[in-house]
Amino acid sequence: MLDDKDRIFRNLYGLEDWRLEGAKARGAWDGTKKLVEKGPEWIIDEVKASGLRGRGGAGFPTGLKWSFMPKPGGPRPHYLVVNADESEPGTCKDREIMRHDPHLLIEGCLYAGLAMNAHVAYIYVRGEFIRERERLQAAIDEAYAAKLIGKNNRFGWDFDVFVHHGAGAYICGEETALLESLEGKKGQPRLKPPFPANVGLYGAPTTVNNVESIAVVPDILRRGATWFAGLGRPNNTGTKLFCISGHVNNPCTVEEEMGVSLRELIDRHAGGVRGGWDNLLAVIPGGSSVPCLPSPACQSLHMDFDSLSALKSGLGTAAVIVMDQSTDIIRAIARLAYFYKHESCGQCTPCREGTGWMWRVLERMARGEAQKGEIDMLLDVTYQVEGHTICALGDAAAWPIQGLIRHFRHVIEERIDDHQARTSGTDAVRSAAE
Amino acid sequence: MSVRRLDINQPDEFSFSKENERWAADQLKKYPKDKQASAVIPLLWRAQEQADGWLPEPAIRYVADLLAMPQIRVLEIATFYTMFNLSPVGRHFVQLCGTTPCWLRGAEDLKEVCRRVIGEPGQVREDGQFSWIEVECLGACVNAPMVQINADYYEDLTPESLEALLEDLAEGREVATGPQVERTNACPMGGPTTLLNGGAQRQTRSTPTRAPAKAKIKTLRKARKGGPDRLIEISGIGPKIENQLYELGIFHFDQVAAWTKADVAWINEQLRFKGRIEREGWIAQAKVLAKNAGGAS
Amino acid sequence: MPKLVIDGQEIEVEDGLTLIQACELAGVEIPRFCYHERLSIAGNCRMCLVEVAGMPKPVASCHMSVNDLRPGQDGSPPQIMTSTATVKKAREGVMEFLLINHPLDCPICDQGGECDLQDQAMAYGVDASRFALNKRAVEDKNIGPLIKTIMTRCIHCTRCVRFMTEVAGVEELGAIGRGEDMEITTYLERGMTSELSGNVIDLCPVGALTSKPYAFTARPWELRKTESIDAMDAVGSNIRIDSRGREVLRVLPRNHDDVNEEWISDKTRFIWDGLRTQRLDKPFVRRRGRLEPTSWDEALSAAAKRIKAAKPSRVAVLAGDLTGAEELFALKDLSKRLGVKSIDCRPAGSGLDPKLGRASYLFNTTIAGIDQCDAILFIGSNPRLEASVINARIRQRWRDGGLKVGLIGERSDLTYEYEFLGAGPQTLADLVKNKSGFYRALKSAKRPMIIVGETAVTRPDGKAVLALAAKLAGEVGAVTKNWSGFNVLHTGAGRVAGLDLGFVPSAEGKDAAAILDGVKKGRFDVVYLLGADEFDLKRGHDTFFIYQGSHGDRGAHLADVIFPGAAYTEKSATYLNTEGRPQMTARAVFPPGEAREDWTIIRALSDVLDQTLPYDTRAQLRAAMYRAVPHFAALDEIEPASSTALTALAKKRATMAKEPFGSAFGDFYLTNPIARASAIMGEMSALIAAGGEGATGTDG
Repeated sequence: MLDDKDRIFRNLYGLEDWRLEGAKARGAWDGTKKLVEKGPEWIIDEVKASGLRGRGGAGFPTGLKWSFMPKPGGPRPHYLVVNADESEPGTCKDREIMRHDPHLLIEGCLYAGLAMNAHVAYIYVRGEFIRERERLQAAIDEAYAAKLIGKNNRFGWDFDVFVHHGAGAYICGEETALLESLEGKKGQPRLKPPFPANVGLYGAPTTVNNVESIAVVPDILRRGATWFAGLGRPNNTGTKLFCISGHVNNPCTVEEEMGVSLRELIDRHAGGVRGGWDNLLAVIPGGSSVPCLPSPACQSLHMDFDSLSALKSGLGTAAVIVMDQSTDIIRAIARLAYFYKHESCGQCTPCREGTGWMWRVLERMARGEAQKGEIDMLLDVTYQVEGHTICALGDAAAWPIQGLIRHFRHVIEERIDDHQARTSGTDAVRSAAE
Repeated sequence: MSVRRLDINQPDEFSFSKENERWAADQLKKYPKDKQASAVIPLLWRAQEQADGWLPEPAIRYVADLLAMPQIRVLEIATFYTMFNLSPVGRHFVQLCGTTPCWLRGAEDLKEVCRRVIGEPGQVREDGQFSWIEVECLGACVNAPMVQINADYYEDLTPESLEALLEDLAEGREVATGPQVERTNACPMGGPTTLLNGGAQRQTRSTPTRAPAKAKIKTLRKARKGGPDRLIEISGIGPKIENQLYELGIFHFDQVAAWTKADVAWINEQLRFKGRIEREGWIAQAKVLAKNAGGAS
Repeated sequence: MPKLVIDGQEIEVEDGLTLIQACELAGVEIPRFCYHERLSIAGNCRMCLVEVAGMPKPVASCHMSVNDLRPGQDGSPPQIMTSTATVKKAREGVMEFLLINHPLDCPICDQGGECDLQDQAMAYGVDASRFALNKRAVEDKNIGPLIKTIMTRCIHCTRCVRFMTEVAGVEELGAIGRGEDMEITTYLERGMTSELSGNVIDLCPVGALTSKPYAFTARPWELRKTESIDAMDAVGSNIRIDSRGREVLRVLPRNHDDVNEEWISDKTRFIWDGLRTQRLDKPFVRRRGRLEPTSWDEALSAAAKRIKAAKPSRVAVLAGDLTGAEELFALKDLSKRLGVKSIDCRPAGSGLDPKLGRASYLFNTTIAGIDQCDAILFIGSNPRLEASVINARIRQRWRDGGLKVGLIGERSDLTYEYEFLGAGPQTLADLVKNKSGFYRALKSAKRPMIIVGETAVTRPDGKAVLALAAKLAGEVGAVTKNWSGFNVLHTGAGRVAGLDLGFVPSAEGKDAAAILDGVKKGRFDVVYLLGADEFDLKRGHDTFFIYQGSHGDRGAHLADVIFPGAAYTEKSATYLNTEGRPQMTARAVFPPGEAREDWTIIRALSDVLDQTLPYDTRAQLRAAMYRAVPHFAALDEIEPASSTALTALAKKRATMAKEPFGSAFGDFYLTNPIARASAIMGEMSALIAAGGEGATGTDG
């Protein structure tokens, strides 16, 4: 287990004071002046050396992303935008940071802003997080009052942090949709290239980072890249917030080392699978977008980017959704399909039309009303969506279904058989009529 | 779901209150010059708050004018983002998360409660108290199943606790937000598995997680003449906790007001709280309430 | 110049092209729905996906720039594949998705036969659908009298939204809702008010937006298609007239990059019902105060009798806005032979004068030249109403950035930002005198344009305004060797040809204003109105009015004799647009009844007057006309006007009145006899009067 001294989010559960005083007692804003004085290049190098990969789902190296920003001196301002539109089903980690450790995020913004030559950060909080937004704003107000941020702050890098919010649209978690939304438009993803580092918010160079990615930066800088890189596994370094939900005895969010075994997460922190480990049916290891894994694959599973992608799944946001044997896995995935249909922005054809189609077929399958031939058709439709859309929502809608068919085709077939057996009488009449 | 349409019945006009006008002007300062359209979501949201939880059509025009945006663009926003309610909602607007993590833990049963207590989704109960809809993942998955009622999350629900919660709200009783079981935020039930010695890095300030076994708390066998005080008037105390306190022999505000640190720890232990009494400032509240009660009698 | 290999064929293309454009250059067709060259790139239909070697996913060729591609590892040019199995599968997939919720109601769809979805489904789709569920139905929207919506057919390409936002500049259309519930609509289904709205019908790749007046009228393959020129304004938009039998059934734009690109105004497009009503289809003579049908012989001799009887100085000839060069030439010729000197083709009180040189009345910058200008001053012009398509071009230029616009005249929404300088000529005088404010903007501009509207020069001080505008143009450097920034924006299609032909009074003749005044005072015995309906005339003093034209409008009501003429769709006539660009209409249908092509009427009249014009055929007439004005022969070519005329004009001293400039016309939809005869135009006019809300009674 991760040693307590290596934890970054030391007020994860809000058991202590979230305010500036409390945060400082836990080490926030400590030595900031010195870190700022080391300059942007040093910060980027440290973050690169730490091996930090983006915590929003895609796992892109954070330091590398920052280095894509144009050199200072251009005519356009640079922006840091923090993606706090946490909406991936299963994921509720950024919420804890915002309401219990907001100062880590604010401090991280300052370093990230400095590193990419930005004087302004916008934190885009999902609309539903009203209390979290208030809390974050209160913390920002404290930071302004204490001259930690703002114009002429104590550290010599003018820096404004503004809280912005959405109003109910999962798609705004996609970075370019988020920028559109922040500009006052519908959250419809942009075509890439150009990437935000060149043309982002208001047409200016912009980097969009997840809350957790930014909030771990102060500790990386304070304790050193080697400390962070020493945790976890090669290419999958550091600590990570895991959200364990679903059929466990004690669902919770916990900070653990990257690469921690799934079993340790569930057994040690979440009180075990409901009805015992052997009662496990499947796990969605990284938020709703990644394909599920059946229990045999979960026995000795390491929770990191590379291990999970090797299993054709993904770490995503490290949101572990646990399903025990009582789960109707078809319904569970159909409910996710409904989610994607509901959240499709409607901009591009495959996603707009495909998500609805896939959901409706899955509903039929959940009732057993489908034909067996539709399983392969559904699979084909998922491939027709995947990779053909403007943003990754299409992929995210396709993957859970692919995972379902890959691992639980037999369940669907049994359901269809059952239904046909139950209704064979009426079916005979119908086929006779035809 | 078909496209969300504007309500048939609309007020004639809408404009911000003076206070909201000032607030809106302040919001605009967050964004660069000529980028005031950025404020469209916050302004629409504020308009919805002002209009009792839904967004009337004149408000869409009003915000469009305020931000010099074409009306159709603001209508696009209002219909794209699902938190904008285009029809009136109940005083307590229940948004029930139905996505898989909540579904796995019984969201369907909660829907039944809503159906029974409130009615069909989207319809305001006759007395105007409630309306409910099913929404997609609200991002509190480790506290599933959960609902959002107006601005607050109510988590770790059961059909029973949801029904009790709705009843409390209808009766105007104080309710506790967050987990509706004995649990703090996203911490596992039964206490944390990490940072058992507190979070402060230097760990000089260790907060005791176990209260002293015995306390010299002043309890009464029964309430004084005139009956017990309504402890639920203390923000943070709901009917359930009130009963528990009565059972412990705490009936009056002045009792609470007199609690020492050790007493608090003991109560925390008894009620399986973690620092809630301090956080919610029960003692300070009780002092005021006790004073008022004394003055009145 | 990046090199690419497209389907094995190496090609070098210009920087900045997109893959779809590069593929087109390579002769490889890429299917598309949302992509349109004149609109921003949406990339949403996903039909144009192609494979690029080394890229993990197929890319949208409409959006990917050739410059964004990386060469192969061995330095070889990037490889683009458009016919691989991956691409085929991707296209079939997109096609299938587009069709699952499409009603496939082609047999009852007006788009049938000219539908992108139909065509591409044939070319790139598969023959069966695997979708066995209920299709989505979408409520139709009432967005005004011009555009019919069948929203279930919509494939959400957003071309219409982008057109209205970007080109028309009237943000009326939007896509509300999201996901599969997204719907195109106007705000609360208000009627669309943009004068360019009809273009969305052409842009819509399916049958979601179709022409309401044309609904269920014909199939495209039944129509005769005639390429012609529009005469509703002085832009000279290139159009295609679709007709069946004797009826024009619709008007569509043709592409002309230097004139109308591929847009036309709603008046150009929807005027056609006016071509059928109020038509003069036989000659008339007035007997006992009433107009009665008669024969051509009688009508001609009745007119000839009065003309012969009148002294030439007591005969006046006025030509209207829609007249073609051929009839103007013939009528001028005839007038000359008769010794009639009071002829005019200009509105009453116009300060424009051919004697001041061509440059003084042309849009010298040219329409395409707008793309290069960096400052514009409007003087008494509302280009949005007077020349909608040109206004769209100015808006495009404005959107590209770095354009300053100032306006003297009536304030109105031009769809782009401008600085309002003042309402009347005094502002212009101050500008020239003080050399401050917008003067500096013009002066510092590299290619400034001064655009003088017809209203600014059609007033007692019109000549003075024109002269001062020319002076300003000279001072700010709008007229140089390489740049002609002085422009007059006309409203009448026939005006420039008339001015070029010298259809103005000679020495002792009276101009239009004097003619009107003279008529009032009984100084004319005969007034010949050639399609002239916009003059303020009344019957009286025993003046004999001859009206030649197509519609029973104002002119015909005055008339003692009516010669039924042909509308612009019924004859081959030459029109010079405001730039001075000669273009020729073609006859799409025959004139109704006994109506005749206009020059033949004048030729016949000349016969009866014993002044037979020396041309029996149109070709002979044109040969004569080309001898007089050779540049008319060079169709579609602009004869540049010498700018020295402007220098002289600028020196003219002048005093100016105080009245503000007015508007060219009160109602965009009712500017000429055909428009006034059109029920569709009447409906639009009423809609605008009601502020756009008259279209429907539904709210939300």
